[in-house]
Amino acid sequence: MSNLPAYNYTVVRQFALMTVVWGIVGMSVGLWLAAQLVWPELNLGLPWTSFGRLRPLHTNLVIFAFGGSALFATSYYVVQRTCQTRLYSDRLAAFTFWGWQAVIVAALVSLPLGHTTTKEYAELEWPISILLAVVWISYAIVFLMTLKRRATSHIYVANWFYAAFILTVAVLHIVNNAALPVTPMYSISLYAGAVDAMVQWWYGHNAVGFFLTAGFLGMMYYFVPKQAERPIYSYRLSIVHFWALIMIYMWAGPHHLHYTALPSWAQSLGMVMSIILLLPSWGGMINGIMTLSGAWHKLRTDPILRFLVTALTFYGMATFEGPMMAIKTVNAFSHYTDWTIGHVHSGALGWVAMITIGSLYHMIPRLYGRTRMHSTALVSLHFWLATVGTVLYITAMWVNGVVQGLMWRAINADGTLTYRFVDAVEASHPGYVVRLLGGALFLAGMLVMAYNVYRTLERQKTPERAIEPAGGRHEA
Amino acid sequence: MNALWDDALPGFWSAWIIVLTLTTLGLVVWIVVANDGRAPGASQDAPADTGADGIEEYDHPLPRWWFYLFVATVVFALAYLLLYPGLGNFRGLLGWTQEAQWEEEMARADERFGPIFARYQDVPIPELARDEAAMQIAGRIFANNCAMCHGAGAQGGDGFPDLTDDDWLYGGDPEALVTSIAQGRRGVMPAWAQLGDETLEALTQYVLALAGRDHETDLAARGGEHFARFCVACHGADGTGNQMLGAPNLTNDIWLYRAPGQRVAEAIHQTLAEGRRGHMPPQAPFIGEQRVHLVAAYVYSLRLRSPGEAPSVE
Repeated sequence: MSNLPAYNYTVVRQFALMTVVWGIVGMSVGLWLAAQLVWPELNLGLPWTSFGRLRPLHTNLVIFAFGGSALFATSYYVVQRTCQTRLYSDRLAAFTFWGWQAVIVAALVSLPLGHTTTKEYAELEWPISILLAVVWISYAIVFLMTLKRRATSHIYVANWFYAAFILTVAVLHIVNNAALPVTPMYSISLYAGAVDAMVQWWYGHNAVGFFLTAGFLGMMYYFVPKQAERPIYSYRLSIVHFWALIMIYMWAGPHHLHYTALPSWAQSLGMVMSIILLLPSWGGMINGIMTLSGAWHKLRTDPILRFLVTALTFYGMATFEGPMMAIKTVNAFSHYTDWTIGHVHSGALGWVAMITIGSLYHMIPRLYGRTRMHSTALVSLHFWLATVGTVLYITAMWVNGVVQGLMWRAINADGTLTYRFVDAVEASHPGYVVRLLGGALFLAGMLVMAYNVYRTLERQKTPERAIEPAGGRHEA
Repeated sequence: MNALWDDALPGFWSAWIIVLTLTTLGLVVWIVVANDGRAPGASQDAPADTGADGIEEYDHPLPRWWFYLFVATVVFALAYLLLYPGLGNFRGLLGWTQEAQWEEEMARADERFGPIFARYQDVPIPELARDEAAMQIAGRIFANNCAMCHGAGAQGGDGFPDLTDDDWLYGGDPEALVTSIAQGRRGVMPAWAQLGDETLEALTQYVLALAGRDHETDLAARGGEHFARFCVACHGADGTGNQMLGAPNLTNDIWLYRAPGQRVAEAIHQTLAEGRRGHMPPQAPFIGEQRVHLVAAYVYSLRLRSPGEAPSVE
């Protein structure tokens, strides 16, 4: 093994650090939005800082800037280490880093200025969208070519998930963003009416399924067994739930369009496939959590493992909640309420962010030739801030969602609605305050992380070390 | 078309959907079932090295409860697709559609609530406006359907008329109110930017004078000449407007279009330069004639209250 080339950790480090930076920026925008819902004056009366423009900025920053950078960083790290080979083409890998940052900066400028395609999670206008496609295809080339050059016979399961996520997101992005450019910052979708809505939610739900699920399952399949130092629970379960997950997720999009102009047959298929999806999703949770059997005692002392296991627990909760909300009768109640926001954040904060944070705490010291973070106590503090923040956030939104659903449905003896819309808004106010508090705790945790990462890096500088050589060197 | 098969989709696409759905379900079931049970020769106690950075793997069988729950969801899916529309043009054995469900629910609601509104249908509006019970109901209809534009207190806002004052664009008598609510209104003030800024400024001063506000006398005098040429056709020689056209009275110092914090002179100038489009959407298609009658009485009742008193909306 000693003659293997050194890994390319430069690009991994860059993406890893930007994950922390964009996490803080994206969540700060989220916190500002949460504060606007408590104190509407905080929109400052300016178009650029209004809710409608900052909301897509928040989602783009946390999904693509924070989540995306985390996926780039960990997939480049994992694919090199599990394939025992250096990343294919340093230059193309560097291009994916700078190209991705350029897309994010373009989003940071264009969204507050009001340039939007109006497609949720695909708001970026056509020139940015084309750049994103080019970067993504480069990513696919780097990742797949590295897989091809592997020194191992076996393609480790984490890489299946990463590969599926990369390929599918390329297809989703290109198909959904197909548009006719009109001016340099304006375009018209190639699809019309209900077809446009269906394409958008085919994209939208698979952005959840592949970007925010399959990609992060890839992360889980590497960092959970590494951090727990335990074997994966079941190889066959990983095969079964991988194929079932990617085959079924594709069908779930129509549940975003229940009781709309979308034909009933499409709604029904979206619903039944979403229900079946429960089990493939839980396959990942079981495999992750059961990997800890025999190592449960480590949770007492290892806050990184706590992050990973809590993430899996939230994943299990969110993927149970999702199929339930996809049932038409439940959806008729929950749709358009804050319940949806709660559901999304139990996935986004509880699953995506927590698994990312745990993985970064494992990976960052190793990227810089250290075995652990500057302070384990601060990791533990971060864990509690993140967990309490998430719980406050999602419970506040559940309560609000149920309150809104009930108030919107309540009718008087004469058949008129009992409440005006604004009554439900007023009733939601306490929930918005609690949500703001939860978000603030979560963001505070990210700031603790930034400090801890800074100190970890700072300490590394004094004794200058050679670039990390190959294969499993830090592992006992 | 028959009881079981729709013809919404071309036959090929219907078949495509059916084949693709069943094939996907079949493949997923096959993957799960084929991997169920214990792998031959695999040990649960000795994990295999994956060769991947020191990670090892067990090969435990699929958990029983997981397997049976999976089978249950597939059975549910197949049963659902048999009963409800889902497989292309197949209608499902229940013949359910979301349109029919909506129509049934509406019919049930009409049957239940219809009599409540029907008994007020023939009561003249001025009389109905004094009926407290009727106004309670009407206030709720107003709160659900009208308050989002006209405000909970019916006092309007920028671009939305105040319904509590005595200024009526299209008339405030019962018949005019019913027409406005049932059929909606479209108010159009043309843009006069082509007259040039100087003329618009003069007109602005004249309109301020009409309303009894502070103005520059010389400019207003010139504005009067322009007014006589361009504006009298709708707003009348004395500026009191015309309810046939929905042209507002300019002499009562009530300004329909004025952004919060905007000076009156600026608002007038903007109206002159850019024109205005007012749109009251027709309500009869949404709430029906009987409820329109009640809401008209509610609006009529607003004038019976002392000024500033909020109408009761519970």
